[in-house]
Amino acid sequence: MLEINCPWCGPRDQIEFSCGGEAHIVRPLEPENLSDDDWADYLFYRKNPEGRHHEQWCHTAGCRKWFNAIRNTVTYQFETVYRIGEDLPEKTSR
Amino acid sequence: MKNKYSIFSLARNAVTYHENWREAWRSPEPRKGYDVIVIGGGGHGLATAYYLASEHGIRNVAVLEKNWIGGGNTGRNTTIVRSNYLWDESAHLYEKSLRLWEGLSQKLNYNVMFSQRGVMNLGHTLQDMRDIERRSNANYLNGIDSEVLRPEQIRQIVPIMNTSPHARYPVLGASFQRRGGVARHDAVAWGFARAADREGVDILQNCEVTGILRHNGAVTGVETNRGRIQAKKVGVVVAGHSSVIASMAGLRLPIESHPLQALVSEPLKPILHTVVMSNAVHGYISQSDKGELVIGAGVDSYTGYGQRGSFSVVEGNIGAIVELFPVFSRVRMLRQWGGIVDVCPDACPIIGKTPIRGLYFNCGWGTGGFKATPGSGWVFAHTIARGEPHSLNAAFTLERFSTGALIDEHGAAGVAH
Ligand SMILES: Cc1cc2nc3c(=O)[nH]c(=O)nc-3n(C[C@H](O)[C@H](O)[C@H](O)COP(=O)(O)OP(=O)(O)OC[C@H]3O[C@@H](n4cnc5c(N)ncnc54)[C@H](O)[C@@H]3O)c2cc1C
Ligand SMILES: [Zn+2]
Repeated sequence: MLEINCPWCGPRDQIEFSCGGEAHIVRPLEPENLSDDDWADYLFYRKNPEGRHHEQWCHTAGCRKWFNAIRNTVTYQFETVYRIGEDLPEKTSR
Repeated sequence: MKNKYSIFSLARNAVTYHENWREAWRSPEPRKGYDVIVIGGGGHGLATAYYLASEHGIRNVAVLEKNWIGGGNTGRNTTIVRSNYLWDESAHLYEKSLRLWEGLSQKLNYNVMFSQRGVMNLGHTLQDMRDIERRSNANYLNGIDSEVLRPEQIRQIVPIMNTSPHARYPVLGASFQRRGGVARHDAVAWGFARAADREGVDILQNCEVTGILRHNGAVTGVETNRGRIQAKKVGVVVAGHSSVIASMAGLRLPIESHPLQALVSEPLKPILHTVVMSNAVHGYISQSDKGELVIGAGVDSYTGYGQRGSFSVVEGNIGAIVELFPVFSRVRMLRQWGGIVDVCPDACPIIGKTPIRGLYFNCGWGTGGFKATPGSGWVFAHTIARGEPHSLNAAFTLERFSTGALIDEHGAAGVAH
């Protein structure tokens, strides 16, 4: 089982967390001006990299807070975690 | 047909202690170019090549596989075959596939061990039962066999199942498709490979595509670890790696790749004669001809390319199976593994053209594409040969995510398989 570092609670077992998919997706600011393709992009198209991926996770069975993470999708290893609203951290683990 | 498998060839080879069987397919060097290159030597890719040659007379075809054929999801799945999908589009597509399964061993002259032992989908809640009734009625209207069973009837077919009303999630009923069943996954890959090879198709193993060559908006070939190979048309059928190949061509897909796991037990005497699946408690189980229990779990919620998944998923899965079949609680598991499945937002595949001329994609089968292997190859071959989809796959376009004409099969495909 993976050990995931909640930025609020510290390291906990994977079963306490849920994955919320790709991070940093911004809700369209002017939805009425969006084309169908733009909507498709917002709703359905996700980055699906083989390697480094920015994701949002929730500490569902803990503090219930959302946070962001950089995780490798091949090794499944977490590179780093950072709080929602925080700038992308440098490539250091915490 | 030269080298036909039959009782006579078996007898003839028995005399020489089975030392003179010929290879089932050639291992040629890549040619400079082909009419069609199929990327991905899973069941779908091999079936595509076979139907391109046998149905459309296009024999100058190569299948490029980066590892060995059938080593991807084709060789890693729990082999459940059924066609009882809810919506017309998917029901027709999977039913076409089921009909092809029904004659496949004869057609390929290769025993794919297709066994129509029935597939049972359990309902544990009132809403489950309403969905099952609705899906079964939709199936009747599409000419697909389906029965709704009550717990007493389930007990007759699978006496070892815990159908007690006091179970944590009591079994209230099931849908049952008697024509559904299982097939031998490796044999499906090998059978299509051998049949395609006899039609003249080159099967190139250990040939990894690293780039898609294009000129003026049209595909011209591929770059591989065995050199550059030209092609007039390229069909991509790489399951979990669809997004990776798409990005080589500058395309994006509405697909995410997730690990999906399965496990098998030590071999047991025959005890489970049909396939049992449950959406609500999330597990599915059948018994292989070797006697192993073949058990499938759910996907990991995160994306991944590592061909392995979380232990917590296995734990939840086994919990569900043991609750349903208390008699299996002390069976030992032999092997556990994962595959990478290409999940689409509406749990339906994308089979068709792309903005690049001559480049076709067949992907998004996610957790349930093994059953579609012959049908998927059949419609994809048609699409590539004619440059237009067949009516059976016309609805499964990439454009549906912009037009909104999704085919929401989460109800029928929600459980992984
Ligand atoms: C654990 C598990 C259980 C499942 N259970 C069921 C089930 O019970 N019933 C069902 O219907 N479906 C099931 N599925 C889904 C099913 O296995 C797949 O949908 C189906 O097998 C996909 O077939 P394919 O030929 O498209 O993919 P694959 O067999 O994965 O073939 C794709 C091939 O492409 C190759 N490839 C990738 N990248 C490259 C490259 N760059 N160059 C060359 N080749 C490349 C890969 O090596 C691979 O061999 C299950 C899947 C899993 C993982
Ligand atoms: Zn926390």
